[in-house]
Amino acid sequence: MKITITLIKKGTLLVACLLALAACEEQQPAATQESVADAPRISSPPQPADISAYSAVTDDRLLNPEPENWLMFRRTYDGQGYSPLDEINADNVGNLRFAWSMSTGLTEGHQSPPIVNNGIMFVTTPLNHVIAVDAATGDGLWEYSRQLPFDISLIHPTNRGVALYGDKVYMATSDANVVALDARSGEVIWEQPVADYRNGYYMTLAPLPAEGKILVGVSGGERGIRGFITALDAESGEELWKTYTIPGPGEFGNDTWPEDGWQTGGASVWVTGNYDPELNMSFWGIGNAGPWAGDARPGDNLYANSVIALDMDTGELQGYHQYHWNGSWDWDEVSTPILMDVEREGRTIKALVHPGRNGYLWVLERTAEGINFIDAEPYVYQDVFTSIDPETGRPTYDMAHKPGLGKVASYCPSLSGGKNWVPAAYSPQTGLLYIPANDNYCSSWEGTDVEYRPGQGFTGTTNRGASIIEGADHIGEIQAWNVNTGEEVWTKEFELANWGPILATAGNLIFSGGTADRLFRAHNASTGELVWEQRLNSGVTGVPTSFAVNGKQYVAVQSGWGIDAAGMQRRLDTLQGRTTIVPQGGVVWVFALDD
Amino acid sequence: MSNKPLKDSVKRRTVLEGICAAGLVVPGMVGAQVLDPATLTPPQANDVLVYSYGDESGNVIGINELDADSKQIFAWAMDPVNRILRNGTRLNQVVLVRVAPDRLSDETAARSINGLVAYSGVCSHTGCDVTDWNDEFLRFQCPCHESQFDPADGARVVGGPAPWQLAALPLKDIDGAVGVAREFEGRVGFPQPGLSPFGI
Repeated sequence: MKITITLIKKGTLLVACLLALAACEEQQPAATQESVADAPRISSPPQPADISAYSAVTDDRLLNPEPENWLMFRRTYDGQGYSPLDEINADNVGNLRFAWSMSTGLTEGHQSPPIVNNGIMFVTTPLNHVIAVDAATGDGLWEYSRQLPFDISLIHPTNRGVALYGDKVYMATSDANVVALDARSGEVIWEQPVADYRNGYYMTLAPLPAEGKILVGVSGGERGIRGFITALDAESGEELWKTYTIPGPGEFGNDTWPEDGWQTGGASVWVTGNYDPELNMSFWGIGNAGPWAGDARPGDNLYANSVIALDMDTGELQGYHQYHWNGSWDWDEVSTPILMDVEREGRTIKALVHPGRNGYLWVLERTAEGINFIDAEPYVYQDVFTSIDPETGRPTYDMAHKPGLGKVASYCPSLSGGKNWVPAAYSPQTGLLYIPANDNYCSSWEGTDVEYRPGQGFTGTTNRGASIIEGADHIGEIQAWNVNTGEEVWTKEFELANWGPILATAGNLIFSGGTADRLFRAHNASTGELVWEQRLNSGVTGVPTSFAVNGKQYVAVQSGWGIDAAGMQRRLDTLQGRTTIVPQGGVVWVFALDD
Repeated sequence: MSNKPLKDSVKRRTVLEGICAAGLVVPGMVGAQVLDPATLTPPQANDVLVYSYGDESGNVIGINELDADSKQIFAWAMDPVNRILRNGTRLNQVVLVRVAPDRLSDETAARSINGLVAYSGVCSHTGCDVTDWNDEFLRFQCPCHESQFDPADGARVVGGPAPWQLAALPLKDIDGAVGVAREFEGRVGFPQPGLSPFGI
C-alpha cells in the first residue's frame, strides 16, 4: 500500500543539473570570449535545506508556534488562520513577486495548506501524495505516493493537509487509513486503517496532533456511514479512543433517530478540529444526516449539523450545539468554529464563532460544562429559518422551503451553503472575522426512497434545479465582520462563486483565491481594498499560509481547481448559459517581496 | 426458463459477498477459504446477468424484463455452467437499462438485445457507482459529480466531468436470459494519474 521514494540525493542532483545547465546557458557568451582558465566560475546552486536537522514538533511548539512557522492546518489550535508575520504588508504588497513553484503532477481539488517547519514544507495532494520541499528554494526533498486500492471510488478526491508531530508527518487517506511517515525521509513508520473504504468511509481532513495523539474523523455521510472521531497513539498508531458522532442504543440522543437510522445516518467529519488546551477539549464540526430528506429520518438526528466538544484524554462528549435539527438541505456544518474572544454586554466570552453552511453566523460559548448558545444572525440570504430561540438557539422552519420525500422544495442558500468547508479567518490585529461566502444562489430537489447498500450513494435525492435570486449581480463574497458589534464592516463581491480559504496576516492583509478566474488576491484587511492579485495556472481552493526562512517572509498556496467548486461552477454555467474554462492541475505557488 | 437452481447458488454467493463488503475479510478470501478467482474475472462471453439487489437479488434477468426508458438496475454476471457469480470486485458491476429501440444508435443497437443495453456501473471520472437516473433526459447520472451518460448512444458523456464513456457490455439472448456476448468494450474504472512531481 505504499510507494516511498527517497530522492534526497537524486532530487538534489536533478535540481543541481538543471540549475547548472541554466547557469551554463547564461554564461556561454562570456566563456567564448575568454580563455578556459579565465572563464567565470559558475556559482554553486543553492543547497536544499538540511533535512537531517529536522526540528521535532513538540506540544510546546504547537501551543506557541514560532512566528516563522505554520505547523498545522490553521497554524494554531484556535483555528484562526492568522500569521503574525508583517514583512509583507498592506503598504508594500504591490512588490510581491513569484518566488518559486512546483507542479504536483495531479489534477482535481488541491486544498491542502503548505505546512512549514523551519524551512521544510509539506503539502498533500489528491490521491494522497505527500511532498516535502525546501520552503525557500522549492528543491524537492522526498515524496510519498499512496497506492490506493484499485476498486476505490472517490467522491471527494482531495486532501486537506498533513499533521506534524515529533519527527513524523501524518496523513489521513482516501481509503480511510492514517499513515505516519518519517519527516526526514518520507518512509512509512506505520499505517493504521480506521474504517473500511468499501463501506463508503474515507478521509479528507488534516489530522489534529496533540498530547501524544493523532485525531482524525471520517467522511462518507453521502454513503450511509456512521461518523466517528478517533484518537491514535502518535508513536504506534494504536487506537486510544473512538467516539461516534451518532449515539448508539442506550446513549443520550439515540432516540433522536429512527430505530435503525443511526447506523447509517452519516454525520461526517470533514475538517480538522480545533483544540482548547485549558479546557482539554477538542471541537469538531459535524456533517449532515442521511438520507438527505429530513422526513426519511424523523427526529433531531444528533449530532448531525452540530459542533461537539470531546475530552482530549478520553474522547468523552463534553457538550454540543446543534445548529439545525432534522436537516433537509445538505447543509453539513463541517467547519470547526474559530476559538476567539467575543465581547457581549461588557463580558468577554470564550467563544466558538462559526459562519454556518446554513447561512447564519453563530456565536457560542465554550465552558468546562459544555457549549452555550449566545446569538446568531444571517450573513447571506436565508429563507428557511423563521426564528431562532433566544435561549437555546433552536431554529424554527418555513416548511415550504424544506424538501422531503416526494416533495420538491427550493431553499437559499444552496446546498453548497453560505460557506462550505473553506476556512474563515480571524485577525487579532484588526479584530475582524473574514468569511468566504456565497450569496444569492439557491437549490431545489426532491427526496426519493433509497435502499442502503454498503458503499453506494445514500442521499435519496433527485435534483430539481438551482436558481439565482432575481436581480442579483454576484454570488461570491468576502465579508469582514466585527463579531463584538455584529457589524459587517466591509464586503467584497465577486460575480463568480467564491471557494477560497482565507489567510490573515499581521501585515494588515488577507490572502485568498477561490474564484474560477484563477486569481489569487491580497486585500487590505482593514478596508477590503484589493491591493495585489496574480493570475495562476488554475483556480485556487487551497488554504494559503505564510512562513519565513532566514528572516524572509513568504506566502504560499496550492492551486488546483476541482470537485465541489467545479461542480457549483458547472451548475452556475448551466443556469447562465455559458461555459467557464478552468484548467485543472495542481501547483504549489510561493511568493515573496523583491530583495 | 427456470432459474431456481441458479438463484439458490447465487444466494449463497451473495452471503459471501456480504461478508467481504462488511470488511471482515480481504477481497477474495473468506476466513481461510480462498474464493474462486473467477469471481474477480470481468463478465465473460456466455455469462448471464442476475439482479444485484432487491427482492429479485440473484435471479437471472429475462430479456423481456425491465420497462423501457426507466431507471437502470445493477446486475452481476454469472457463469451459468459452474454458477460462479462474478461479484468479487465492484469493478465488475453492470448497469442494465431498456431503451426504446428507435432511440438506439446503430453501434449501440448492435450490442443490445431486445432494447436492453449494459455498461460498466463504475464512473470513468472518479470511480463512483452510476446509480442515478435523469428522468428528464433519460440518461445515467453519477451521484458524485453529476456526470451524465447516454445509454442509447454508447453511454457517451453528455454532461459533467467524466473523461470518457462507460465501458459497454455487448449482450445476447441465452435461452431467454440476458446473456453476455463479449467482454467489456472500453476501459472499466477511472485513471489514478499519480504522476510524480519529481519525475520518478
